[in-house]
Amino acid sequence: MESSTTTLRKTPLHAVHREMGAKMVPFGGWEMPVEYAGLISEHMAVRQAAGLFDVSHMGELEVAGPGALAFLQRVTSNDVAKLADGQAQYSALPNESGAPKDDVIVYRRGADRYMLVVNASNIEKDFGWLRAQGPQGCEVTDRSEAYALLALQGPRAREILQPLTPVDLSGVAYYHFAEGEVDGHPATISRTGYTGEDGFEIFVAQGHAEALWRRLIEAGREKGLQPAGLGARDTLRLEARMCLYGNDMDESTSLVEAGLGWIVSLDEAKGDFPGRAVLEAQKKKGAPRKLVGFEVTGRGIARHGYPVFLDGEPAGSVTSGSYAPYLQRNIGLCYLPSGRSAAGTAVQIDIRGRNVPARVVPTPFYKRSKQ
Amino acid sequence: MYPADRRYTKQHEWVRLEGDRGTVGITDYAQKQLGDVVYLELPEVGRKLEAHGTFGTVESVKAVSELFSPVAGEVVEVNSALVAKPETINSDPHGQAWMIAVRVLDPKAVGELMDAAAYQAYVGGEAK
Repeated sequence: MESSTTTLRKTPLHAVHREMGAKMVPFGGWEMPVEYAGLISEHMAVRQAAGLFDVSHMGELEVAGPGALAFLQRVTSNDVAKLADGQAQYSALPNESGAPKDDVIVYRRGADRYMLVVNASNIEKDFGWLRAQGPQGCEVTDRSEAYALLALQGPRAREILQPLTPVDLSGVAYYHFAEGEVDGHPATISRTGYTGEDGFEIFVAQGHAEALWRRLIEAGREKGLQPAGLGARDTLRLEARMCLYGNDMDESTSLVEAGLGWIVSLDEAKGDFPGRAVLEAQKKKGAPRKLVGFEVTGRGIARHGYPVFLDGEPAGSVTSGSYAPYLQRNIGLCYLPSGRSAAGTAVQIDIRGRNVPARVVPTPFYKRSKQ
Repeated sequence: MYPADRRYTKQHEWVRLEGDRGTVGITDYAQKQLGDVVYLELPEVGRKLEAHGTFGTVESVKAVSELFSPVAGEVVEVNSALVAKPETINSDPHGQAWMIAVRVLDPKAVGELMDAAAYQAYVGGEAK
């Protein structure tokens, strides 16, 4: 938590959140809504109907020019050449040890035009890092101040959004996006999210954010849409076992250890990138440790930073842990030695001085049923 | 909003005194600050409590909060139904969500705590 004297940045929807009764908290240098009506009700709305999140704090970095693809191949872990126009890809900016400086989504707008969506707290770091890698034949621009980002998530997201846009949403597949209008506002509509549900992330110019937010809230009300805060976003992503940068992974955890080997491309066409040799060895021979999911079998909620033990010996700490509102269980993630990471392995968690039993379980904890 | 039949602390607990029996819970203001409560830990009957000493833990999805006893004494009853259904703390903090009953060592000391009007003014100030 930041001290209250830090000047926090505000999204263009700040006043609207206040008006809707949000509880505001500092997050990654921003003052953001953590909840409105209540975290559990918002979490369930996203699982069963829909939720609308303001994630305008996320950063947008544009990479444009004839050298854009070659440059991105050199600085990201996934194979950017696999993208077609209108397609997005989960990826990372690895350091020399194969650990992420950030996890990102790469959008291909055109053969020479890409956009990286990055974590709010890493915008300056990523921008500086990319420039330091010496982009050739392309320019990296921080466009974070230009965009607001609304995430409409949940099984009813499509039926709420479709009447407001001429874009045929059934033609926008998962991890694809389309340029078009939403209620008359020029927008990029992306079928992505951080909740484990179907849904869309909508990029609009900051000046259009408030009108679009109000319109979506109104359009979704009868379908069970609720405004949802960062609190529910965190419990939703944890149930779906999506990593949170700075908690479950950082510059000391390799992508393979974090379970993100699938965004590491070793294709010949991809070429070299920072940490490639380390990641290649770990993909082939295994990493020394592994991020696993656990369920607390005793009483108590394991939270970020609580020590984890194997047979009474220190083994690491909880990277994310919470009560899971949909599953109604206490779950979390932690790193364990790979040899002791199988489902069923018993661990103990020190919950404020109490030794509480937990066991490794398969992940994701929650997976939506396909329609 | 805050019942007049009890006294309140700066840590947002309430105590209602009947003879030397004090019933203890947390206030509506406290439950609102916490958000959705999902876990509660209470002491065993027989535990000796000090005034302003901890007697348990309440957790919402996002936060962990210690519970502080408004009074010194011995725990004579524990609301185990509440441990099984801690969300009652959000819906009825001043009623069904009582937490423990204490045999109070010094009932007169309870009078030194804030009354309802003083507590209302206190949280009104803190909310600003």
